This record gives sequence, C-alpha cells and structure tokens, in this order.
Amino acid sequence: MTDGLLPILYLIASVTFILGIKLLGSPKTARVGNLTAAAGMVLAIVGTIFLYRHNGQPLHNVTWILAALALGTAIGWVMAMRVKMTAMPQMVSFFNGMGGACAALISILEYKTAMAEGLATSTGHSLATMAGLIIGAVSFSGSIIAYLKLEDRLGDIRFGGQQLVNNGLLVATVVVGGALVVGSLSGISTLYLLTVMALIFGILFVLPIGGADMPVVISLLNSFTGVAAACGGFLYDNMVMLIGGILVGSAGTILTVVMCNSMNRSLLNVLIGNFGGASGSSSGGSSGGSYREVSAADAAVMMTYAKQVVIVPGYGLAVAQAQHVCHQLEHELEGKGVTVKYAIHPVAGRMPGHMNVLLAEADVAYDKLVEMEEVNAEFPTTDVVLVVGANDVVNPAAKTDPTSPIYGMPILDAELARQVIIMKRSMKAGYAGIDNELFYRPNAAMLFGDAKASLTALVNEVKQV
Amino acid sequence: MIIDESTLSIIYLVILMAFLGVELIGHVPSVLHTPLMSGANAIHGVVIIGSIIVMGIADDTLSMVLGFLAVVLGTLNVVGGFVVTNRMLEMFRRKP
Repeated sequence: MTDGLLPILYLIASVTFILGIKLLGSPKTARVGNLTAAAGMVLAIVGTIFLYRHNGQPLHNVTWILAALALGTAIGWVMAMRVKMTAMPQMVSFFNGMGGACAALISILEYKTAMAEGLATSTGHSLATMAGLIIGAVSFSGSIIAYLKLEDRLGDIRFGGQQLVNNGLLVATVVVGGALVVGSLSGISTLYLLTVMALIFGILFVLPIGGADMPVVISLLNSFTGVAAACGGFLYDNMVMLIGGILVGSAGTILTVVMCNSMNRSLLNVLIGNFGGASGSSSGGSSGGSYREVSAADAAVMMTYAKQVVIVPGYGLAVAQAQHVCHQLEHELEGKGVTVKYAIHPVAGRMPGHMNVLLAEADVAYDKLVEMEEVNAEFPTTDVVLVVGANDVVNPAAKTDPTSPIYGMPILDAELARQVIIMKRSMKAGYAGIDNELFYRPNAAMLFGDAKASLTALVNEVKQV
Repeated sequence: MIIDESTLSIIYLVILMAFLGVELIGHVPSVLHTPLMSGANAIHGVVIIGSIIVMGIADDTLSMVLGFLAVVLGTLNVVGGFVVTNRMLEMFRRKP
C-alpha cells in the first residue's frame, strides 16, 4: 500500500537504526551513532506523512499530524534540555513510558476501526493488536511508577500475597486478551477493561521493586516498548517499525541481563523485589561498634603526602552536585605530585555508566576513570582511598557475609588500601538499606558533612598544605 | 498448517533481528550502558510511524483525539530520547 519511494526510505531508516546501535557501543563513535539513528527516524517520519498510501489514498489530517509533531517536539526538547544529568535515569523512563502509551493507543484505535468497519481480521492481526495493547500499557504505567520512584515521590510498597495478586492479574490479563483474539469476547468496552487491567498490572509489577534495582526495570520496560512497537509494525506490515522494535526488544533484554550480572543478581530475584527486605536481621556490621572521625585538615594532609589517591564516587556525589569540586580536588592534588584516579563501580550512580557521564560533565579526563577489575589490583598499593557518597559498592559484606542481601555482588576492595576516608552525611545505611562494616575498620575514618561542602573544605586545606 | 509468504518473511525478519540485537550489545563496556539504553529508547520511538498512520486514516472525533495524543506521545519519545542521549554523549567528547 505504498509507492516505490517509501519502502526505500524505510530500508535506509532500518539500516541507520542498526548502525546507530552498533556505533553507540563504543565511546568514540557513540555520538555519531545517536545522530545517525535520529536522521533515519526523521526520514521515516517525513516519508510516512507524505508518501504513505492507505487503500490508494494519501493520509488525511496532515495539518493535525504536523501540529501534534510540533507540540511533541517542543515539549520533548524542553524537557530533555532542562533535565539535570543526575535525573537522567528517570527521564529515560518517562520517555519510554510515552512510547508505550503510544503503542497502546495505536492498538485501541486499530481495534475501534476494525469494529466500526465490521471487518473480519486475521488471528495474527488481532494477536498483534492485543499484544501491542497489553505490553504498551504495562510499559507505560510501569515506567511512570519507576519515574516517580527515582524522583523519590514514591517508596517501595509491599504487601502480603503481592506476588500472588500480581501473577493472578497477569494471568487474567492474558486470558482476557486471548479471548479477544480468538473472538470469544469482543466489544470496545472489553478492550477498555483489558487496558485498565494491563495498566494496573504495570503499576503493581514495579511497586515492590527497590530503588537500587530501578535501572534494571527501566531497561526491561524499554525492551517491552520495543516489542510493542514491533506489534504495531506487524499491524501495518511496516518493516521499519518491525526492525526498530525487535532490535530494541532484543538488545534491551540482553542489556537487562548484563546489568543484572554486573550486580550478581538474577532477573527473577530483581523482579520479586526482595532486595534488602527479606533477610531483615542480616549484616552484623553494626556490632563493629566504634568508628573514627577525621577533620578535613587531617584528611588533606594524608592525601597531599600520598603517592596515589583513588577516589570512589557514588550517588551521594551526584546528589550534592559535587563532581566539579571533586575535579578541582583532583587538580590540586595532581599539582602536588599525587597520582589521582577514579574507581568506577559498574553500577555507581543509579545506572551502569551513569557516574562516567557525571564525571565527564565535570571535565574529568576519560582515562582517569578506572573500571573495577583494573583498580582492584591497585588498592593494596594505594595510600588513600576517598569514598565520596558511595556505600554499598565498597561494603566488604558482599564478600564475607553470606547472609547479607548484597552477598556476591562484586565490590571495590577499598578496604585493602592503607587509609580509607569515607565522606558521608551521617552513619545512615546506603541505598540497599544495610550497614557497612568498612566504616568500623581500623584503617577507615569518617568525614561527615555534605559532599560538596566537605570537598570544598578539602580543596582549601590541600591548597594550604 | 498454511502460513502465507509475507507472514513467513516477517517471522524470518523477527528472528534475524533478535539475534542481531543480541550480537550488537554483547560486548559493550558498562560505561556505555546508560547512553545505549537511552539511545535504544529513542529508537523504539519508531512506534510513532504507527500513530501517524492511525491519525491519517481517522475520521471520527474520538479517533482524532486519541490519534493526536498518540502522535504527541510518540514524538516525546523520539525527540526526548535522542536529545537526552545526545546530551549524555556530549559529555564524553574530549575537550581541548
């Protein structure tokens, strides 16, 4: 139902998507990759508006389509440009939800049209409609919950029998969807009921999952939306939607698994949401008792006379917007002949690679960021480790305490360094809600205060040494 | 069981793309996971094509309203996704 040029535009767009994902996989080419895929998307959109033929007729309502595009572009652009780098994960989740909602709406409209025209649709067609609706709706409501959780507007909500309710609702949703496919149920109100069920399932599905696991959930919902988009592609025999959707669906699934692996958790374990919850009385760290405090002045002296200082940045650094001061400290120390490196845990920040983005924003050189495997070999010969707003990623319980909820997660072996200085606001537990015995080790000292204020104090002290 | 040609070729395409997606992501350093997720997020915004089509064939008011909404949401996904990804990646550019 298209003329000769449009399929070629779709073909080009499909290639740019594949190329885009490929190029996004390397730091040097990532930016080009993103722009390539964006260019392909523009081509596909413009081509569809002007060249698509439905039963031989061009699309109508073109003015309205262009108006919707303009409105969406304006809102999307402003939101994306205004968002702080620290809030990036929830922004991605929000945009993902929009895609899911779009897919669900397409299915609803498609069903409405088919009903109105009284057309008998093939099983494949109805299957794609219902799958697109369910997956899109789950992705939408789930992403919005993930967004609210990361914005700290919503806590983890768990209640007795939650898994049972969730599974029951999932089964019911699939059954109603299936009945609509085979035709034992029909009618637009049944379709709305199905939509509501899927939306509620999306909410319940994400509610119990802990904040630290949110990136995994976002990645999973991301691949859901990909599949929902592919369902749309099936509805319209549209190759570019199929290719884009399936590509993201499969790449997103693998990305989800890779992220789980880097936290040494199984996907199932994440989805059940028992992080830091069930084991309750675990982590005997608090029995460690007393900890030592250190002043900014003393910490500055220790670092200035060190040969090598390794900084372990965590989300606390990001929240305090302290990455620039941190870079300044690095600069001062280097000026005194100290080697400074950053140890980046794969899940530092709130998403894999999030910390790299934040530090790059503050002009920290890319080669100063050392990944976990590499830097762990260096800790025994490091004089001072400065932990800025990180906690769980340096918790030795992950290696020593089988009852700890984070047992088995690879960590940065900061405790092997001669001296560890931990900058924290208080003795409060980290994101996973568990105590950290590192704080009570003899070679550890606490520097309390807001990360930014403490780092500024350190910079001034180092200048005076 | 009879499967028509075009459905079969779609099944082929789905399988090949699924494998391609796995291959493309397999060896990416964790540093790039966030931008990659964000970039993939923008790419599934291709769902907007479907919303443009339903909007373009809609003829009653309710369909028009829902179609309009779908196009706006799809555009948010596409534009927001690519712009956010670009902003993240700009940070990686080596500064002089």
